[in-house]
Amino acid sequence: MKKTTIITFAVISALFLVSWIAKGMFTEGSSPFLDGFLVTLAAFLTLAIMSFLYKDNPYYKFAEHLFVGVSAAYAMCLGFWSTIVGNLIPRLSSGISEFFKVSYIEGDYNFIYFIPIIFGILLLMRLSPRGGWLSRWPLAFIVGTTAGLNFVRYLRSDFINQVSSTIVPLMIDWQGFGHFFSNLNFSATGQLVMMFSNLVIFIGVTCGIIYFYFSKEHTGWFGRASKIGIWILMITFGASFGYTVMGRISLLVGRITFLFRDWLEIIS
Amino acid sequence: MTVLNPLFAISAQTIGITLTLIIIGLGLAWLFWRSFSGKEVDRRIIFIFIFFSVAAPILFKISFTFKAIPIVSALYDKVESLPAGSTVLISYDFDPAMAPEVQPMADALSRHCLSRDLKIIYMCLFPTGQGQLEETFRTVVREEFPNKKDGIDFVNLGYKAGGEGVLNVIVTDFEKMFPTDVNSVPYGDIQVFDNIKSCQNLDLIISIGGGRPGIKEWVLFVGDPGNVPMAAGVAAVVAPQLYPYFPNQILGLLGGVKGAAEYENKMRDEHEQFKDMPTPATTMMGPQTLAHIVVMAFIIIGNILYFRNKRREEG
Repeated sequence: MKKTTIITFAVISALFLVSWIAKGMFTEGSSPFLDGFLVTLAAFLTLAIMSFLYKDNPYYKFAEHLFVGVSAAYAMCLGFWSTIVGNLIPRLSSGISEFFKVSYIEGDYNFIYFIPIIFGILLLMRLSPRGGWLSRWPLAFIVGTTAGLNFVRYLRSDFINQVSSTIVPLMIDWQGFGHFFSNLNFSATGQLVMMFSNLVIFIGVTCGIIYFYFSKEHTGWFGRASKIGIWILMITFGASFGYTVMGRISLLVGRITFLFRDWLEIIS
Repeated sequence: MTVLNPLFAISAQTIGITLTLIIIGLGLAWLFWRSFSGKEVDRRIIFIFIFFSVAAPILFKISFTFKAIPIVSALYDKVESLPAGSTVLISYDFDPAMAPEVQPMADALSRHCLSRDLKIIYMCLFPTGQGQLEETFRTVVREEFPNKKDGIDFVNLGYKAGGEGVLNVIVTDFEKMFPTDVNSVPYGDIQVFDNIKSCQNLDLIISIGGGRPGIKEWVLFVGDPGNVPMAAGVAAVVAPQLYPYFPNQILGLLGGVKGAAEYENKMRDEHEQFKDMPTPATTMMGPQTLAHIVVMAFIIIGNILYFRNKRREEG
């Protein structure tokens, strides 16, 4: 091991201890040293993750692997207690329900619930070199069910309803130019803005479709519409990019607020 | 807290923000000059800029006020229009990684619903959503509404694995999927469910999240088939994908921390009781704004240099 690695580790360990002791001494509550330890640990793990921005290092790797491991373990435990103990066992047997301290749900067809148990066991057969093929049966069931369910739902919500939402009137509440100009306002729910919004939807959808239509050469009016389509797409991607930046900055704000408020206590 | 209006009509500017703006301005000028001279700029300098532009407004507590846009107002108005005793389902479909962005909207919506005497059914489709839900219980439900009773005014159903499978069942029958609440109280003993058999009996469903399963699955499996009023609060990354659902498939949407800030501001503006409520999303808009200005400056600098180099090559 390199000398600099050992020195870095020693400095980080010393800083961790100083932070823990300081937090423990100045934190109020029933268990200040435990709270101090947890806040210090969270702060150091945050810094370990951020250290990747400088360059890849073992502290980043440790924090990353810890995060993945803890998340997986947490999800598995929660899944066991909420699905198997919470949903399945109360329908299987009164004895096991009593063991897990959950109320037994009586039903005429409770034997059906043995099917998911068998499928669950078959899924685990993937771990066996000889019985791996058995896991294809539950997988086929999962894929088939998901495809069947999603087909109907997507067709209704993302196709029919979306097409219906796109067909909008270009003239809203039209009672002549006199009425239009006498009630002119720039409110987001006003007649002018609503009509403009619907016009943007109409032009945007039409030109966007034209851009993706490759059976005709993009020249003349068709080419001009295609160009407008590109602009519409670019503006959409720009909006998405802007929102993505906003999301990432929010996460950074969250971590920096934690470091300043909970760890360093320099803001209230 | 120094509150500035979004048009930069700065009236009570602190020394902190002045210094911050000077440092960032000088830094950007240096960066531009360095790039213009043809020298490489290390990516870590960019990271330092972003860190500074986010950290300074947090330290100096600079924030902005925002007027709610129609898509945010629509959700606010819906909650306002529901009569006392109506039942709202709030689903925590997010994890700690998304929490800084969506936890403020979850807290604001809970606060708003409870203050209007609406009954709330809490649940999560993300395993780690349970911990975030606990955070709302700690900071909002128990702290600000100590008189609200578990099982009568609200109920916590907790997490259920299965994603779309869970939604596909509760759209017709809650009890099948949630025979008990998170505290093992049987479904039949929970008063909130007295007139509720399925999602179709709910007055409003609000999904808060940004991943999968999330609002899209709620619309696909519950909102559209069950004809239930749906609304959402989502992380900014997915917000643009959900706008097409408005107004026919979702009645309102809070997009990212800006949506949450707009909702908080609307609550504060329209209700005296919320004047002093915590506004974490509004506080976050200071760093957001400054960081966006810096990112925009980087984009402009990058483009100027790109076109300059292109012209040079052509010349």
